[in-house]
Parts: sequence; C-alpha cells; structure tokens
Amino acid sequence: MEEFLSKVHAVLNEKFPGEVLSAELVYDFPVVTVKPNHSHAILQFLKEDASFNFHFLTDLTGVQTADEKELGVIYHLHNLPANIRIRIKTFFSITKPEIKSVTDLWPAANWMERETYDFFGVKFQGHPNLKRILNVDEMDIFPLRKEYPLEDQTRDDKSDKMFGR
Amino acid sequence: MAELVKKSSVEIVTKPEGLEGQGFFATRVDSVMGLARANSLWPLPFATSCCGIEFMATMASHYDLARFGMERLSFSPRQADLLMVMGTIAKKMGPTLRQVYEQMAEPRWVISVGACACSGGIFDTYSVLQGIDRIIPVDVYVPGCPPNPEQIIDGILKIQELAKHESSRRRYSPEYKALLNSYGIE
Ligand code: SF4
Repeated sequence: MEEFLSKVHAVLNEKFPGEVLSAELVYDFPVVTVKPNHSHAILQFLKEDASFNFHFLTDLTGVQTADEKELGVIYHLHNLPANIRIRIKTFFSITKPEIKSVTDLWPAANWMERETYDFFGVKFQGHPNLKRILNVDEMDIFPLRKEYPLEDQTRDDKSDKMFGR
Repeated sequence: MAELVKKSSVEIVTKPEGLEGQGFFATRVDSVMGLARANSLWPLPFATSCCGIEFMATMASHYDLARFGMERLSFSPRQADLLMVMGTIAKKMGPTLRQVYEQMAEPRWVISVGACACSGGIFDTYSVLQGIDRIIPVDVYVPGCPPNPEQIIDGILKIQELAKHESSRRRYSPEYKALLNSYGIE
C-alpha cells in the first residue's frame, strides 16, 4: 500500500504541482488531501489515467471540520479490476462552500451530491439538479452543520432542566 | 347439551338501551349503528418502524385482533374506518400520512401507537415529526416504546368504546368541524 501511495503522490505532484496537501495511509487506506480548486481535474485524471483507472465512485460525502470553519467533500474511488481503493479529501471555507460537480465523470454522483448539499449546503457547480433529496423541501437549514442544533426546534414541552434545554 | 352451552365463553354484545315488548324491540338508530361499527372496524395499518412489528404480533394468531371484529385489514384508505399509525413518522412522510387520512371516509378514527407517533419519541431531531397530532387529529394514544400487543388491544378497545357511543352524525357537529378546520382539513 505504501508503494502505491507514494506512486500516487509522486504522479499527482508532477501533474498538479502544489495541489496535493498531504498523502497518508490511514488504517492501510490511501488518503490524499487536495486543494479544492482543481479537485475535479485531479479526480478526472485518476479516473481516466490507464495506470490508476479509478473508474468507480463508491461514495461521496460531506464533512465539517471540528473548528467549524471549513466544509469538506470526501470521494471514495475504487479500481475494480485491480481492487484498489483510494480516498480523496478536499476542504474549503464554509463561507463560500462551492466546488465543481463530478456528475459529468460519474453519473452516480448525482444523488450523493444532492445529499451532501441537503445536509451541508455544499454547492456543486455544474450539477444538473441541485435540490434537497432526503429532507423536506421547506427546510431552511443544513441540519448536519454544527451551527444548527440537532433537536427539533418546534417543541415547547421539553424546556425544563431535565431535558437540558 | 345445555351444559355445553353454559360453559361456552363466547360473549355476545349486550343489547343497547331500549323499549322491549313481546315481538318488538325499539331503540335508537345511533346505538345500533354504534354497535355494528364498533364491532366491525376496518383498520388501515400505517406501520413504519419497530412499533409496526408489535402490531404484526397483535394481528397474528396469538393475540388475534380478529377477535374484535377486525378480521380484515383495509389497505385502501377509502374503505378504512380506523387509521392505525405505528412507528416513527419522518417529516417527509407527513404529507403522505395526511393524504391517507384525508382519503378516509367518515366516520374515521385514528389511533397513535407508540412514543414516536404520539410525540416523536426518542427521535427529538430535525427530521422527525414530533407527534402525528401536529398534522391529523388523534382519538387514542397508546404510549410505550414499543407498546406490547396487550396495550395496543387496550387502545383498540378504547376506539371501540368511542365508536359505540359517538353520534352517527358526528361529522356534522360544529365541534368536529372546528377540530378538522384547526388542522386545515375541510
Ligand atoms: S416508539 Fe419506540 S418501538 Fe415504536 S417506532 Fe418509536 S422507537 Fe420504535
């Protein structure tokens, strides 16, 4: 795995100088963190390059960093013939949560990007139909962001100290 | 033979109040209809999660809801009298539940089974409806997480009592109309 990781790191560094922030093994799983601006190009390269051939998008999800200042998008890619997986992370400021959509590379990203938008408010540019998918359409918050409380805010019977409100 | 009949545990509903004489029995239409309705309710099960499993046990042979005249579940709201909501209702499911209720013909009753349906239960969270009585009127609440089949049956018996004693023209009463209006249902 280490060999593979250093190969990925070297190739990406050569192709996209300055874009790779880190490359590490997490529980034997190659994880590469890149800057958001060229994440689309990097993903496209990983998908189309014959030696990497990460043609399958296993998962795409959002995350908010612990300091609450950044949002991230995580891509899990899979090369099925060689059975190699890789995780690509990219982080950007919560004040301007925009990133290029990868729906043109993997149609499967369509619903996953909608879900990430639904819960974290990440705006995927170039997405054909970016609207809420799991929550009610009327919802005006992005519920998995830490600034919004988990509890339903319409209850008035749980205000005593027992429930810690 | 006479002894056998005596020993039988089958009970027949007691007749309503009325005037009785040789060859005739006079009573109010309401009470007769109430009796008939109460003992032949057609429930529509709206089971969404764990409480639905308890309901399945209630329906199955051991507890046998059919004993109370509920042999037939109605999976069409248009033919159902009793809406049984059992389980967590997500906010996204709310409009569907409401539409099901609106499609039911009068007279209709609603039983809310389990903490989730009654109040949101343990799911005090942005995605879960905090009690179905926020979108439709409820007649009987059955608490518990989940309530066991005996409790569900107890709730059903309460519904039967309601059905027995309610005016057959309840739908025209101003209170009932006001109640529905408060939920925005015509
Ligand atoms: S009340 Fe409890 S058992 Fe019933 S649906 Fe909710 S969590 Fe499940």
